[in-house]
Amino acid sequence: MARFAARRLARLVVSLVVLLVLSFSMIHLIPGEPVRAALGPRAPQSLVDARRHELYLDRPVPEQFTHYVSGLVTGDMGTSLVSNLPVSQVIGERLVNTAALVALAFAAIMGLAVPLGMAAAILTRDGGHRGVEVAFTTGTGFLAIVPEFVLGVALVWLFAVRLGWLPVAGKTGPSSYVLPVAALSIGSIAALARIVRVEMLKVLAEDYMRAARAKRLPARLEYLRHALPNMLTATLTIGGLLLGGLVGGTVLVENVFAWPGLGTTVVDSVVQQDFALAQAVILLLGAAVLVINAVVDLVLGMLDPRSTIMAA
Amino acid sequence: MRAALRTPAGALSLAALLGFVVLALVAPLLWGSRAAQVDVSHLLEPGSAAHPLGTDALGRDNLARVLVATRDSLLLAVLATVVAAGIGIPFGALPSVLGRRGARAANALIDFSVAFPALLLAIFLAVVLGVGARAAVLAIGIASAPSFARLTQTLAASVGGSDYVAAARVVDVGRWRLLTRHVLPNIAEPLILNTTIAAGYALLAISGLSFLGLGTQPPDYDWGRLLDEALPRIYVTPEAVLGPVVAIVAAGLAFNTLGEALARGTARRPVRRPRAGAAPAAAISPSGTLLEVSGLTVSFDPVEVVRGVSLTVEPGEIVGIVGESGSGKSLTALAIAQLAPGSVGGAVTLWGRGVAELSRRELGTSVAMVFQDPGTSLNPALRIGRQLAEVLEVHAGAPRAEATAVALDRLRSVRIARPEARMAQHPHELSGGMRQRVMIAMGLMGEPDLIIADEPTSALDVTVQQQILRLLDGLSADSGAAVIFISHDMAVVAALCGRVLVMYAGRVVEELDAGALLAGAAHPYTRALVASVPDMAADRSQPLATIPGRPPEPGEVGDGCAFAPRCAFAGARCFVETPLLRELGARQRVACWFPQA
Amino acid sequence: MIETRELTVRFGPVVAVDRVSLVLPAGQVLGLVGESGSGKSTLARALVGLVPFAGRVLVRGEEWRSLPAARRRKVQMVFQDPFASLNPRMTVGAMVAEAARSWADVERLLELVGLDAGHALRLPRELSGGQRQRVAIARALAVRPEVLIADEITSALDVSVQAAILNLLREIQASLGLTVLFISHDLSLVRYVSDTAAVMYLGRIVEQGAVDAVVEHPRHPYTRALLDAVPSLAAPVIVEPAVLDAEPPDPGAPPPGCHFHPRCPVGPRVHPDRTVCEEADPWVGAPARPHCAACHFAA
Repeated sequence: MARFAARRLARLVVSLVVLLVLSFSMIHLIPGEPVRAALGPRAPQSLVDARRHELYLDRPVPEQFTHYVSGLVTGDMGTSLVSNLPVSQVIGERLVNTAALVALAFAAIMGLAVPLGMAAAILTRDGGHRGVEVAFTTGTGFLAIVPEFVLGVALVWLFAVRLGWLPVAGKTGPSSYVLPVAALSIGSIAALARIVRVEMLKVLAEDYMRAARAKRLPARLEYLRHALPNMLTATLTIGGLLLGGLVGGTVLVENVFAWPGLGTTVVDSVVQQDFALAQAVILLLGAAVLVINAVVDLVLGMLDPRSTIMAA
Repeated sequence: MRAALRTPAGALSLAALLGFVVLALVAPLLWGSRAAQVDVSHLLEPGSAAHPLGTDALGRDNLARVLVATRDSLLLAVLATVVAAGIGIPFGALPSVLGRRGARAANALIDFSVAFPALLLAIFLAVVLGVGARAAVLAIGIASAPSFARLTQTLAASVGGSDYVAAARVVDVGRWRLLTRHVLPNIAEPLILNTTIAAGYALLAISGLSFLGLGTQPPDYDWGRLLDEALPRIYVTPEAVLGPVVAIVAAGLAFNTLGEALARGTARRPVRRPRAGAAPAAAISPSGTLLEVSGLTVSFDPVEVVRGVSLTVEPGEIVGIVGESGSGKSLTALAIAQLAPGSVGGAVTLWGRGVAELSRRELGTSVAMVFQDPGTSLNPALRIGRQLAEVLEVHAGAPRAEATAVALDRLRSVRIARPEARMAQHPHELSGGMRQRVMIAMGLMGEPDLIIADEPTSALDVTVQQQILRLLDGLSADSGAAVIFISHDMAVVAALCGRVLVMYAGRVVEELDAGALLAGAAHPYTRALVASVPDMAADRSQPLATIPGRPPEPGEVGDGCAFAPRCAFAGARCFVETPLLRELGARQRVACWFPQA
Repeated sequence: MIETRELTVRFGPVVAVDRVSLVLPAGQVLGLVGESGSGKSTLARALVGLVPFAGRVLVRGEEWRSLPAARRRKVQMVFQDPFASLNPRMTVGAMVAEAARSWADVERLLELVGLDAGHALRLPRELSGGQRQRVAIARALAVRPEVLIADEITSALDVSVQAAILNLLREIQASLGLTVLFISHDLSLVRYVSDTAAVMYLGRIVEQGAVDAVVEHPRHPYTRALLDAVPSLAAPVIVEPAVLDAEPPDPGAPPPGCHFHPRCPVGPRVHPDRTVCEEADPWVGAPARPHCAACHFAA
């Protein structure tokens, strides 16, 4: 187990380094002159040169890289090309807003999808309750396909415009969380519930479940103690992937609801060609995904002894 | 796969997709001018008769714009998918042609990229390449490539490792031919499937990028961009939002439904089984007999697999059931234990009481099951101790300490060394023989009257097999439990059991003492089976006796004796009238019109 | 015809086949017996070039490694699982034709194995297990091999079908003069089919010789245990298990010295003074003993 954890963490470190290099090189990969592009064609050359010097862009590349990394370690992520404020200041509170959305959505996903999927499996095993099966499959199939931003727009239209129950955009209090979290999580809840049901049906068909029935255990024990642990691996794997996907989804949802988070920041920064800001947000979001995946793998490894043996 | 397209879901989605393609081609011709027509007098109007979805900031008709946008939306999605497949598939094929080092590197790269969200990559590329459709297509294409790579790699590995590819290599089939005739045809279907689904996701992802302003740029427009334009005006012109929303969802659904229909078509359809019916009320049998089965049937509509089995088991007896595949022996055992899928008919009584009326606890403690494959019959996620102890915890209300003590005792009685250590282990840490013993121990927890063992030694080595047989024999003698032992191996059954039932095509065709099997069998099938299995004294100069033909599948059997088509002694009667089990002596029953005594 | 000298197959740290030296006399059947984990299937795969190996294989005195592909083809194999060894998307005829020279050959081969020529147009899923195995045999025969390896070819078949396949194998072997390596875990089948026999345990050959000699006068305790364990209708009793109740061995971590010693009924667990079994490898010096028995106390 320790070996597995060490190897997984090593992989995480390697991935983070790769991400670091990629995000650093972003500015250098842009054709043309990024500072000139940000300041506009009419800015005097001296200003452009001064900004380039400020941003270390006129030094040799390795020196720039060390400057970049050492800055990150101290929390300095550079200066916004557009607003001239430190990036970390711009990002600070927005990071919290995004994290809140993602956390709430994840809680909703895990808390709703697993019981839903299990219940659906128990009801529909061996071809029972065909109506439930059809309703479940079509319902979840539909919801899982609709992209978050489309769902967000539809929710805004229904609940904010037509019914007026909830605010249409922005972060204005507890009720303003409802629609964004819903838009972010509903698709994943549907997708995960489907998978949970399929996995549960597979597990219920296994020989050891037959052996458990042969022991005439009460249904509660059969499902919770015998079936659930064997489903956890697949469920958590997908859940982990979904969590990583939430990071991408939040970019879309925040833009639907004008939510003051990293998602709106990154899009704005790209459009305004504020590369320092964009670079920082991509680094943050990317690192979040990598760390989440590693944590999920480690948790899975602890839960299922066989997966560590197989991975090692 | 073609069959999948005939299902309603498959046909509908395919038709929808074709409709979209037609729309993509035709809409710009039909409505292009309408979509481009600027009308300053009708700016930002809500839905009306002239403009069902309203107009945009330049007075252009929204409905026409949605229809015309089909082309770009679909085209970009297709392009992205081509990029993804073009990068992913060759990359996924790499590990199978590279050496071990290269393969591991390729795998690691695929692992890393599979989990990275497409959107971040898209934003990265948008910064580097500048915003626009080209960057979006590349971004989504590169981001979707890992899933193709992973799929290709898995498929190539599984097909590459298969026996038929190995056989082709041994016969010296050329590498090109190997690839085109053996590997590709067997991986094509899943790849096509993945492509369909990938195209759907590409469509949604690119629409998302356009919605963010990072995809299609003005003056071009796709559904995503239309949605981006319409959203800020959702209070004023809510209908403008409707068009892109419906279009995106419909197209995404069509791709996905088609993909799922194809997937279901390629997977083997599971048999639709009706709910297990309750066995009808049982007749009271003379007390003293442990188990009485009469007229047992098991069917999966419309096929009857077990077609009327009757047997009795006395306390402490060891009875064997022998048969080949399709004989229904395993289902019979499951049905007796009330575990069979499908519809069960006939009567099964235990100590004179109908088995369906017994409580959970009575069944759980009186009847123990030992299944064939010990590898899959123990729950891999639970420790051995837990799986053993819960029988008593649940059925006898025993506290954990007591149940654990009993479990240890049972493990010792099945001759497992260091049982304390075993209790804390998981099944995969034990060998096959040991797992089988644990299963037996588990069955013994409740001190059962009847042990039903379904091919318990078939998956074990012959040396371990003897140990298990001896174990069962000893347990039966010590505890007085009866055993029903099911196997295809007559010699094993003869060694352990006192009485043997021979099953063929869902019926019992003969019942006799184990010792009489070799020389005293009367049914032609039994005799032929005995003759066809060589033992250590078989005459090497003679070919083995064979039975022409093969055992019938359930559902292939009609009237008359099921064995008649293969029987050397069959008469006209055998094809018409079904023979019933009749006494042929004090300890033998045969179901045959021409028994060979 | 075929001789192996110290044939070894390793998968990482695991030694699946350990310095096996076997002789397959031309035109005869060598029966190879072993239980799971003995390495017999790996040995078969090495002989047809599906896994890399160390050591030497000589075909008619020539090094196998230096043979051109056309000559290597002379060693063919029939696999255990009739469902996995046929390409689900190729017709029977196409698969046999890949190996044969002409279509007339295909029909002839199909008839040779007892199948109707009309079967050539069928797909594997339309055939029964026995029929598929016949197709596999026809395919193997199509290249006109001199050596045929039958790796547990009847284990996945019904009892009543096994006999027909075994008869077919014997007929073909006799009429074509093939050298056959017949691999099985079932001693009765091996005895029935073979001229010589070899017993394999955990990657090593522990005994070999003429089949009657091995079966009637076994020298190695493992062979004796196997013989005792074979159930027989003629004497249907449960025997006192000869192998001790120890764990079956793990190929990745074999016991030191003689691999069999923890389960040996005449070994150090029963006779504590026989420490040589734990220390010295009985394989050394085996060729000098009767039946090349790998046992310090070969009786």
